Amino acid sequence: MPDEEYQRLQQRNKAEVKELWDILDEVKDPEVPVLSIWDLGILRDVERNGNQVVVTITPTYSGCPAMDTITSDVETALNKAGYNEVVIKTILSPAWSSEWMSPQGRKNLREYGIAPSEDADLCEDGLTPEAHAQCPHCGSRNTRRISEFGSTACKALFQCNDCSEPFDYFKKI
Amino acid sequence: MSDAIKAATLEYVTRLGDDSLVLGHRISEWVSYAPFLEEDIAYANVALDYVGRARMFYTYAAELAADGRTEDDFAYMRSDRDYRNLLLLEMPRGDFAYSQIRQLFADVYYSLVLPELVKSKDERIAAVAAKAIKETKYHVRRSRDWVHRLGDGTEESHKRTQKAADQLWGYTHEMFDMDETEQLLADNGIGVDVSKLRDQWHKDVSAILTESTITVPEDSWAVRGGRTGYHTENLGHMLTELQIVHRSHPGCQW
Repeated sequence: MPDEEYQRLQQRNKAEVKELWDILDEVKDPEVPVLSIWDLGILRDVERNGNQVVVTITPTYSGCPAMDTITSDVETALNKAGYNEVVIKTILSPAWSSEWMSPQGRKNLREYGIAPSEDADLCEDGLTPEAHAQCPHCGSRNTRRISEFGSTACKALFQCNDCSEPFDYFKKI
Repeated sequence: MSDAIKAATLEYVTRLGDDSLVLGHRISEWVSYAPFLEEDIAYANVALDYVGRARMFYTYAAELAADGRTEDDFAYMRSDRDYRNLLLLEMPRGDFAYSQIRQLFADVYYSLVLPELVKSKDERIAAVAAKAIKETKYHVRRSRDWVHRLGDGTEESHKRTQKAADQLWGYTHEMFDMDETEQLLADNGIGVDVSKLRDQWHKDVSAILTESTITVPEDSWAVRGGRTGYHTENLGHMLTELQIVHRSHPGCQW
């Protein structure tokens, strides 16, 4: 298990507010609804100060348009569970990395038809390669990049040369 | 933080925000006009990165100003004379070659500025830079590939790319100017001494242009003024479009 993943799990399991982390599993990325904010790695911390719940999140990309929706979804989920005083903090540092995605998240992504970053051999500079990301539909590596920039900031667009299906690839960042 | 440094930081963060917003808006003007769908989406993505960066800088600027203004006031309620962006970034969209050459000049610039800015003693500035650095890697690769393709492409694309480089070159010198504000911040480990990045920028850009069969323009003329609020006529026109909704319907939300 990579160190970062271990640290995240430790933080979650040790926390006195475990039930709050569990509630927040319901909050999904509105653009990739199979990923919870925990799976995506943008949920950084959950604390409790008396009646107040403080949730810390971080954006994937500088201009991620989903942040406003995510903020209001976090608030709604906690309100529904009876926590009425919710404060949401956004932090920029340390900057989000696609490495923070959980193993469950990667599995969900594949099943949903999106290849996670680890399903391609990156270029030397760490950027998306021109070919050979694994097709989430048929498993072939005989694929090519159509566009470095996909339907959202965090994805690139590929096509499989074997099954012909286009698919999104979650960029490494 | 001393008052002088605080005032300089506010000015600096506003400049960085203005650079990002103006370029982000210019790029967004390609959305629905790009030569093909994938490129349209790529432009939208890059624009979003810059607009997002602008927002983070303006949010910080509003906190430093502490006079009741918000990020929206910085973006929407200042006129062209109050904007402090580099002139290069406000030049019109032009044709595709013109936009890609501008993008190359800007992307290479940020690929040198951001790794310095990330060392800033100001934690907020460093955090925004750390986020932006990763995105800029993708931007540089894209603009470099396009300049290769256009410069070393057809006769027509080569001609337009060369023309764009010649037309924009005179606007690049301003990127490396230092004034009192930036010097104070550089001396205090908060800002970047951009004058020291000039040679590397010239080297990186020249290499890409040469690979693309484009002749590196000579330094013959230079236009300056963005950092003091003296802009080309293009910025005013751009801001009317950028600001009209907010100014016509103050406080409107949807």
